Amino acid sequence: MRSRRWALMPGEPSGNAEPKAAKRLPVKRPRAPMPSQEPQVRTHNFNEVALGYTEELAVGEAERCLGCKEAACRQGCPVDVHIPDFVSKVRDRDFRAAYEIIKATNSLPAVCGRVCPQETQCESKCLLGKKQEPLAIGRLERFVADWAMAQGVDKPTRVESNGKRVAIVGSGPAGLTCAGDLAKKGYEVTIFEALHAAGGVLIYGIPEFRLPKRIVQHEIRNLEAAGVEIRTDVVVGRTITVDELFDQGYHAVFLGTGAGLPMFMGIPGETLNGVYSANEFLTRTNLMKAYLFPEWDTPIKVGRRVAVVGSGNVAMDSVRSALRLGAREAMIVYRRSEAEMPARKEELEHAKEEGVIFHTLTNPVRILGNEEGWVTGMECIRMELGEPDASGRRRPIPIQGSEFVLECDTVIMALGTTPNPLVSQTTKGLEVDKHGCLVTRDESGLTTRELVWAGGDAVTGAATVILAMGAGKKAAAAIDKTLRGST
Amino acid sequence: MFKILSKRELTPVTKLFVVEAPLVARKARPGQFVIVRVAENGERIPLTIADFDAGAGTVTIVVQEVGKTSRLLGALKAGEAILDLVGPLGRPCPLTDKGPVVLVGGGFGVAPIYPIAKALKAKGVKVVSIIGARTKDLLILEEEMAQVSDEVLVATDDGSKGFKGFNADLLKREIEAGREIEEVIAIGPMPMMRAVAQVTEPHKLRTLVSVDPIMVDGTGMCGACRLTVGGRVRFACVDGPIFDAHEVDFTETIRRGKMYAAEQKLALEKMESEQRARAGGCGCGHGGGR
Repeated sequence: MRSRRWALMPGEPSGNAEPKAAKRLPVKRPRAPMPSQEPQVRTHNFNEVALGYTEELAVGEAERCLGCKEAACRQGCPVDVHIPDFVSKVRDRDFRAAYEIIKATNSLPAVCGRVCPQETQCESKCLLGKKQEPLAIGRLERFVADWAMAQGVDKPTRVESNGKRVAIVGSGPAGLTCAGDLAKKGYEVTIFEALHAAGGVLIYGIPEFRLPKRIVQHEIRNLEAAGVEIRTDVVVGRTITVDELFDQGYHAVFLGTGAGLPMFMGIPGETLNGVYSANEFLTRTNLMKAYLFPEWDTPIKVGRRVAVVGSGNVAMDSVRSALRLGAREAMIVYRRSEAEMPARKEELEHAKEEGVIFHTLTNPVRILGNEEGWVTGMECIRMELGEPDASGRRRPIPIQGSEFVLECDTVIMALGTTPNPLVSQTTKGLEVDKHGCLVTRDESGLTTRELVWAGGDAVTGAATVILAMGAGKKAAAAIDKTLRGST
Repeated sequence: MFKILSKRELTPVTKLFVVEAPLVARKARPGQFVIVRVAENGERIPLTIADFDAGAGTVTIVVQEVGKTSRLLGALKAGEAILDLVGPLGRPCPLTDKGPVVLVGGGFGVAPIYPIAKALKAKGVKVVSIIGARTKDLLILEEEMAQVSDEVLVATDDGSKGFKGFNADLLKREIEAGREIEEVIAIGPMPMMRAVAQVTEPHKLRTLVSVDPIMVDGTGMCGACRLTVGGRVRFACVDGPIFDAHEVDFTETIRRGKMYAAEQKLALEKMESEQRARAGGCGCGHGGGR
């Protein structure tokens, strides 16, 4: 079946195919590169790095799609975007139809097109990828979403209320998706957000140069236009409890409380001035706009040499933000090798292009400070890889006697997070596992408490935007099914 | 937006606001705090709750004008609104059943001591309050404290009222005079709380302090407020802000509190020069005349 597809590749005689069928033939050409700001320019600003496909690039890239009947790419998508269908509409230049197809299952396409790890999801399943580069599905999705935004055709319709109320805790990708899907079905949805602005990690975590905040704000305004009420400055677990939400007449609750508390290594020197958690560093930069200090009031301290410990997307966001905030040298310190780095491929490539220095197989032992308590360096030890551990990755082992001092004046710990206990501690019947993650009873994210669902990092621990969105989506479907059944 | 129902000037630089915040008021307990933001491009700053009234739906906050944000807040008037106010955050102060409890409030730290005194008094616990300031004009809430304390002792650094010296010295005198004390709760500037801890430690007198570190979100997400307590790193926003005074690493906490001193100064200077420019001059010091 697959080989037959390849037999129909353009450039080869297509026999006596009908003209209509010929039009659908994939065009064999290399993957269209993403127009981007030059590395030496972009490290001095916070503007978006990837500029997006033009119409011509998008159509040309769409023409590469094999249009597989049993689209493997769709199975790689946590929210089941009907990928070949929308790509085919892009090819026809019917961008509006393409947008409708994406939007039917993905409530935040402009976000996903930018931040999804496509190389491990849809694009990893693309048959084109067997012999050449896979179809640039994420870039096409972004193109379509941006086109719709620019044309103003992405205005939502408000569905008449069905009289049922759902409370969503947290306005990150899980909460926004769950809210969007429920609003479409006529539920009266209220999102409760602890911070002063909605968007969760999309607002406080992911930097402007990767996900412009105007895009997140646009998606949030659309949700509000669809009837979703957003109440900021409400900390569920403190300002109001889950039980009180039910008392107030909500019929179901979705918990999308996110990643929570930053982890530190527990090594000496972590409370020195100049040591940040990535959460703090990114929140100051993104949510509080510290890069605009003193026009904006929140400051940030970035030294000449910045060391970021970790190698996930959050580490890459931190190290690249540090460069833009004026660091002369921005370094990644990671205990394993590059092959094990969990960051999205594009982020790694961008970081390298921008001159980030990688200290792999290196693990911090302690942070050193001067008499005033400011960071002056970090003692590290070299590592080697042993046998695979529980995560399947080769376990790093310290090489005795290989300690050395890495000079730096800012240290950012990007080691992951543990879930925030505020909700679980204040809600009766809500169980957590040994990591503090909410326990779910089924695929839909139903918790151990009746009529309470959960999804995203609060359940899985730190993961991706799209997985959180997938969880929000499944929960919305289950909430709908349950509440409809209860009438 | 959170409406300011009334405002009182406690000293020229200390302002008390009664703010409409029904959800916060319903949940607030003594010792908890709120995070406030006063402008769209503004900082988030923590302020300890100075009083709350669930029935009226109000919380009271007291701000001392030291930096840009506290000055902007201090300049707000009754009828205006605070852009964001979120809480109540942190763990409530543990309230003992066994008195007498000595409450020590220094400077505008008297404000957060007040609801603790009120709650203890309501439980029938004997409350002795030591309140202090640099000079008598900077003493705040003396009458209010008298209403919720069995006894109020005053200390001023310059001796303009009551005991001449620091709160900690007055507490030391009372301990050495044999006053019966079960517990001490001290809130005020870090050096004062450290001094109180040093006074009570030799007597193995249970002592609590409320730390006031730099915070961003106030819900555990950022870790800016971390400090070492009993050798362990804790987050003041979710594990505190009230900790055992004898376990807090004050030196580290004071040092971390000064992390942005240069930036705070810059922001304040910029605001002052802009205000002068608006008032007619250019800020050059030549009076703005042509």
